[in-house]
Amino acid sequence: MTAAAEGSPPLASDGIPRRPPLLQSESVQGLALISPTFLYALILLLLPILVVFAHSFWTQNYLTIDHTFTLQNYRAALTEPIYLDLLWRSLFVSLLVSLFTVVLAYPIAYFISFHGGRHKGLWLFLITIPFWTSYLLRVMSWKVILGYNGVLNSGLMGLGLISEPSTALLYNTSAVVITLTHAWAAFAILPIFVSLEKVDRTLIEAAKDLGDGQLRSFLRVTLPLSTPGVISALLIVMIPTVGDYVTPKLVGGKDGVMIANAIQAQFGKAANWPLGAALSVTTMVVVSLMAGAVVFLVRAVARLAR
Amino acid sequence: MTALRRFLPGGSSWLTAYAFLYIGFLYLPVVFLPIFSINTSASPKFPLAGTTLQWYRDLPKTPALIDAAWNSLIVGVSAAVLATTFGILAARAITRYRFPGRRPIHGLIMAPLVLPEVIVAISMLLVMLQLGLSLSLFTVVLGHVLICIPYSMSVLTSGFEGFDRSIEEASADLGESAFGTFRRVTLPMVTPAIISSLLVSFTISLDDFIIAFFLTGTEATLPIYIWGQLRFAAKLPGVLALGTLLLVGSFVLLSIAEILRRRAARRTQFEGLLHA
Repeated sequence: MTAAAEGSPPLASDGIPRRPPLLQSESVQGLALISPTFLYALILLLLPILVVFAHSFWTQNYLTIDHTFTLQNYRAALTEPIYLDLLWRSLFVSLLVSLFTVVLAYPIAYFISFHGGRHKGLWLFLITIPFWTSYLLRVMSWKVILGYNGVLNSGLMGLGLISEPSTALLYNTSAVVITLTHAWAAFAILPIFVSLEKVDRTLIEAAKDLGDGQLRSFLRVTLPLSTPGVISALLIVMIPTVGDYVTPKLVGGKDGVMIANAIQAQFGKAANWPLGAALSVTTMVVVSLMAGAVVFLVRAVARLAR
Repeated sequence: MTALRRFLPGGSSWLTAYAFLYIGFLYLPVVFLPIFSINTSASPKFPLAGTTLQWYRDLPKTPALIDAAWNSLIVGVSAAVLATTFGILAARAITRYRFPGRRPIHGLIMAPLVLPEVIVAISMLLVMLQLGLSLSLFTVVLGHVLICIPYSMSVLTSGFEGFDRSIEEASADLGESAFGTFRRVTLPMVTPAIISSLLVSFTISLDDFIIAFFLTGTEATLPIYIWGQLRFAAKLPGVLALGTLLLVGSFVLLSIAEILRRRAARRTQFEGLLHA
């Protein structure tokens, strides 16, 4: 399997094989090698998340933190209408965005995997390029496109389709959904593509030989076998978008504000860290529950399709 | 024409049409940045009032912008070097060794990829403030390293995988130590992947807004500078010009990274075939 396991044990000067010293053992070497990166992630990711978790049970008196245990922050997060509204909207937006990206991305991933031929790599590169440009700039371009005097409005007016600029395009939830659907497209295409690549082509041939048409063999073989990719695409889009800050701030207007904007306010102007922490924890827990439910549903549907 | 035809995959025409439409949708917003950056009028709409390079000429005359560019450069280079160093160690451990806890450790290292960035940012902010670290470019670097490591890892693992171990075994059999083998055999073969990881990490750091927004003190990076400018409608063309330059810069860096990554993959495969 590996050099250490397969290679002959090192010989001592007298020619008698000697047992590898402890440091040579594979587990220890592997652990030693990964430990700096692991510790970095532990200290700057896991520990901070635990600290946030702890803060969510504390309270803040002006500048000092009161460390007595309380559920007051969660009560505020789950009962105050403003936070509930923001939470529901964030969940709704992230659910819509993840469904849209996956539905739009699936045909592309299918196209590249089944019809991409020698140019698979080039297609994937073409698709990922726009996503390496600054997220901030892409959101700003959508603002330019959807704005009152923007590209879409002036274009539609130029074509004589509308007589005055529509205000329905920008500063609302649909602007947020459109922008995020664009922003996360590549993240949905890649996992679906990978799972489609793994689909054994002989199974599809077998289905066709046994009398299934194009559509039936797709629905009964390809689609169910690519569910893992669909599921990871859903998750990889849904969980990060629930906490998006830039898009609602730039194109969401008053109606498009999401939970991350409220969280940021608690750590900024409002200066209520414990409440901000409780909002973060609540968001993560609720989005995980939603993600779990969606995974369950997709699996159930895939099983029925077969 | 034949070249174009060859590029087009055969098969269902509906899918092909959809693929091109989709690519159009993906590139649509990106294309408008350069177009409106040469517009004479400050308001971005068609038809263009006229074309000018005025906005580009004004860029070097803005001291705040130059400062932000320097800050971004410093942060980007430091984050790229550190993230790639951490990435090399971890990718090597993941591809070469089996050890207890391999999966959960790998999961934790890759986690920033799937967590909302705001939550990662505020968590780090809380800890840094508790530790009494004052917010500066240094804290931004710490944050960027964390979010760059997963990308660096995926580039490096694809470079380290498929790489024939018999060459390393040969080196070990010929008496090289583990470190000597790594330095003299493994490293030269994975250099393209390492450069590719440096470029990808640099680009991520250069483009990141959220982490920098929460973790910086008074010094602004380029995205923070842009964010500040977005409030003023009259400043939009300047921002678009700057955005276009950043876009071209990212595009060039990533194309180089992709070419190097492919070369690395091909090289390891080729060497593998040679020694199989």
